[in-house]
Amino acid sequence: MENFEPVIVAFCCHYCAYTAADMAGTQRISYPSNVKIIRVPCSCKVDALHLVKAFEKGADGVYVAGCLKGDCHFKKGNDLAANRVKYVQKYLEELGIEPERLAMYRMSAGMGYQFAETAKEMTEKIRELGPSPINVATAQLNGQAA
Amino acid sequence: MITAERKPLEELIEYISPYQKILLVGCNECVTVCAAGGRKEVGLLASGLQMAMLQKGKNIEIREHTLERQCDPEYVEELITMADEADAVMSMACGCGVQTLAGRYKDKPVFPAVNTKFMGASEQQGVWAERCQGCGNCLLGETGGICPIARCAKRLMNGPCGGSTKGSCEIDPEVDCAWQLIWDRLKALGQTENFVKINPAKDWRTGYGSGPRKIIREDLAE
Repeated sequence: MENFEPVIVAFCCHYCAYTAADMAGTQRISYPSNVKIIRVPCSCKVDALHLVKAFEKGADGVYVAGCLKGDCHFKKGNDLAANRVKYVQKYLEELGIEPERLAMYRMSAGMGYQFAETAKEMTEKIRELGPSPINVATAQLNGQAA
Repeated sequence: MITAERKPLEELIEYISPYQKILLVGCNECVTVCAAGGRKEVGLLASGLQMAMLQKGKNIEIREHTLERQCDPEYVEELITMADEADAVMSMACGCGVQTLAGRYKDKPVFPAVNTKFMGASEQQGVWAERCQGCGNCLLGETGGICPIARCAKRLMNGPCGGSTKGSCEIDPEVDCAWQLIWDRLKALGQTENFVKINPAKDWRTGYGSGPRKIIREDLAE
């Protein structure tokens, strides 16, 4: 598929990652518009179901961005989120979706530059991996129907 | 509670492959507590199966529903319309639930989505361990609250055996020696005479020694 533009969903915690995204904005650092940000109060608010559904609804890549280790506003939500991401990566592999399409990132609120770098890195990684197998399968099914 | 773990996905895909409309039923009791078959797990499995079947070129319909319990006919009855509209039913409940569903909806294939494991309790969040094997004649009152049937690998009535090493069972250093635990508990309770008492060989007729069991309460049954 030429000109493949990945659709990436980024669950960002309000206290760190979302604020970092905001900082990237105020510093006028651009990051790919492929990344759609969803603000959550804490990275561990993101449930396994949210991650799996994101892929079902057509995301090519998903990442959860939380606070740095030890800095979670809610004590250890970021660690719980990291564990959950690992668990869902195993599930995705069972489903035939590359586990690299899901990632966990940690950053502080002041890391605007790193937020943009993460967004770029994830977009390029997914671009290389290509469209999600779900999107490929859906397109094939629709192609056949049409 | 009764603990269970989800079956491998390949097995579940093989079950549902011939069908177009699946009814996936969860249970709000034991399997919810051990995160194997509750409402969330139903959502996760439905999403996963949808994606797996899409990759096989099939766009199937999966309907999700979670009952309060699947082991009571009154709850299972709630599925009547949904089961009618489905080609096949997959249950995330323990074996008791799957069988109740299959017994009520005899004209639909009913598949289990989990492997039922054991009767156990939570040791900590996310960790469940076997505690009871339903022997039918509970002796927890004499063993300081530790069960030698469920927790002793040899189900000894008068343990420990020679394999007990530093409080661990010889089968696995991670498994506690039940009789060590019993001794420690009885000592703390000041009931060491219970330890010295010889327990006779277990009469398994109250357990699984005489076939499928049934309880009938005459004051409750019509």
